[in-house]
Amino acid sequence: MKSLVKTGYRPVDSVADEGSGRRWSFLEKLLLGLTLREYLRQAVRNPLNWILGALFAVGFPLIIYRFIFGLGVVTHSSNDYPWGLFLGFGLFVMVPLSASGFLMGTTVELFGRKDFKPILRIALLNGLLGYFFAVVYLLCDLGQPWRLPYPMVVAWGTAAVLFLVGWHVATYLTVQILEVSEAFFEWAQWPMAKQFIKKMTIGLTIAGIILSTLHQGALGALFTYAPSKVHPLWYSQEFLWIFFFVSSIFGGLCMVIVVSSIVKKTMFWRADEAFRENLDRLTIGLARGSSMALITYLTIKLLGIAHDNEWAYLATGWGQWFSFELLFGVIAPMVLFAYGIRNQRVGIVRFGALIAVLGIALNRLNTAIIAFNWNLYQEIPHIFEWIIAFTLFGLYIATYRFILYRLPIVYSWKKVPVEAYAKATEKVHSHGAVAQPSTVSREMR
Amino acid sequence: MSKMTRRKFLSVSLAGAAAGTFTLSGKAIGAAGFTGYPDGMGVLVDLTRCIGCRTCEAACNEEQKLPAPAVPFDDHSVFDELHHGGTQKRRTDENAFTVVNRYEAGKEGQPAYRKIQCNHCNEPACLTSCFVNAYTKTKEGAVIYNSKVCVGCRNCMVACPFRIPAYSYSSAFNPVIRKCIFCYDTRLKFGRPPACVEACPQEVLTFGHRKNLIKVAYERIRVNPGRYVGHLYGENEVGGTSWMYLSGVPFEEVGFDTTLQKEPILANAQAFLSNVPMVLSIWPALFLGFHRLATRGGEGAEEKPATEKREDI
Ligand code: SF4
Ligand code: SF4
Ligand code: SF4
Repeated sequence: MKSLVKTGYRPVDSVADEGSGRRWSFLEKLLLGLTLREYLRQAVRNPLNWILGALFAVGFPLIIYRFIFGLGVVTHSSNDYPWGLFLGFGLFVMVPLSASGFLMGTTVELFGRKDFKPILRIALLNGLLGYFFAVVYLLCDLGQPWRLPYPMVVAWGTAAVLFLVGWHVATYLTVQILEVSEAFFEWAQWPMAKQFIKKMTIGLTIAGIILSTLHQGALGALFTYAPSKVHPLWYSQEFLWIFFFVSSIFGGLCMVIVVSSIVKKTMFWRADEAFRENLDRLTIGLARGSSMALITYLTIKLLGIAHDNEWAYLATGWGQWFSFELLFGVIAPMVLFAYGIRNQRVGIVRFGALIAVLGIALNRLNTAIIAFNWNLYQEIPHIFEWIIAFTLFGLYIATYRFILYRLPIVYSWKKVPVEAYAKATEKVHSHGAVAQPSTVSREMR
Repeated sequence: MSKMTRRKFLSVSLAGAAAGTFTLSGKAIGAAGFTGYPDGMGVLVDLTRCIGCRTCEAACNEEQKLPAPAVPFDDHSVFDELHHGGTQKRRTDENAFTVVNRYEAGKEGQPAYRKIQCNHCNEPACLTSCFVNAYTKTKEGAVIYNSKVCVGCRNCMVACPFRIPAYSYSSAFNPVIRKCIFCYDTRLKFGRPPACVEACPQEVLTFGHRKNLIKVAYERIRVNPGRYVGHLYGENEVGGTSWMYLSGVPFEEVGFDTTLQKEPILANAQAFLSNVPMVLSIWPALFLGFHRLATRGGEGAEEKPATEKREDI
């Protein structure tokens, strides 16, 4: 793509080609304004595609294998370790990293911080895809995935925390699809549908906050069912859900920093000035927000130990592992953020965000797999389980990129230059006063 | 009794909250309703009498029509089996709902044996953690399972403090949870004791009303204090279980988890669950209020130049 852009190519970002005034067809929009050959050529040149291709070539057959022969052949999940990587990574790690949607939605739509708008949509998309793929992982893990709707329609286990998780993830997924659909409707040019969604924005945003607060916490509360199995340092009857909720705040924000940095590095051609010029400043802003959450998290983590009086455990091997998690995943990003924000060093902030994201992943894996059954034995996931988990993650990346290339997420969809449009449709409109032929008025976001 | 009202309250308020949010009918109220079981049955397991003959395993296998085991039931070499790097003794699985293990815990080098199976908790963690109500605690005290609604999330396995439910991982199209069901369908329902109880040659297992069994147990301890460690395991653990144990050696030496809490497992999630209706009712007004405050006095007053171009319509 970069080399294409150097030759003067401009990706599709408006209803009609600005040069000729010809309307893009659906297929052209899908191929970013390239011919099929040009499109394939640039795809083949991209090394990420090779990696993904290799991964999928191994992973997809394994997924099919899993569905024909059952979970037993691809996982080490056992009667003692019912949950392996599919849930440990796919659900418990992906969901907190996807809190970005509700966080930025709240910031922009509810608190009126319009200056964060250039990254609002990438935060919403990050949320949507993260949840969507958490469900994909879940489907892979469930013994009877076709019964997923059961807790909604067949039998109600209303007193179960998982019931809450199921309902909320399902409804929140719907909310997020609606939120992101605004960008889709711009791209697909269904203005009526977009207007309809826009009217619901505040309602959707508030629904997002409610559902997120509850199910982010609920994922933590799930482990309160296993008091004798999760190591006391990671277990806290009273605080576990608050730990999960508060850490999802910086998890989501840091994930936006990480993803937007990757976009800036690898998809510069796709971003518009608003995104390019504001990103560094907004990254610092996000880091400020994350710092607050990190400090809160650290405080309540220590409170949690004090409350259950678990200091003695810190001297054990588990305690060292626990301290490492906190030092690496919480204190290191805090220090990096503090330094980066004070000296306006965006690179350092980005690095800190990456560490925080890894820290969250470590915490969730610790709670769900590593410190789970700590007094029994350690389970190392089956090699096939790793491959399937990576394959689904590769699919997540591919989908992410597919959407970012096309929908107005990091750029804004332009209105038709009126004159050009008139030329193209060969109809005379009397809109001449609205826009000069050369000006491109941006459509609303 | 307070337990019942609490559970009822919880399920009702949750269902109400859920119904309120998703504008569904309130017909689910009471779906997880707690009936109570004053006539609940139970089994008293007196480990001091167990000789590790595995007759109970064989009886269970036959009664539940389980596949023949790899090692016959009269072969005692299974007691030497160790799994997972030599750390784990045998446990229940999809083809064995009860398992007897040997422990070198007895006095003067005498081994001690322990039979394990589902303990049929009074307020089972498997039941309260299941999001489709696949489990039922019957009035006779059995905790049974309905494979027709189970989704296969295996949360019940995470929740059971005794690590009992097993899963048929090898089945691709109809994997289910497998565990002891107190011979509910074939025996308990008709007032008969489970197969293992009837088969045991040593009278290790005593079947009866749970509340009577507690009396029997304490009577045995009183009459023969030297024989027992003086604790009735299961009387209060995680809210009490229908199956209870007497032992002559410390319980932790025969594989029991003696760190379990007295309250039912459900109580742990309660702090969180009781927040749910609050969040559902308070958040909308609160955040709408924030929104009003934040956007009053000119929307987008603090907009930066770069974003001015993208105005709302
Ligand atoms: S022992 Fe486990 S499986 Fe049996 S009733 Fe209790 S929680 Fe459920
Ligand atoms: S595995 Fe089945 S029975 Fe167990 S919690 Fe999940 S749905 Fe319920
Ligand atoms: S049948 Fe009775 S004596 Fe034999 S192993 Fe079972 S409980 Fe022990």
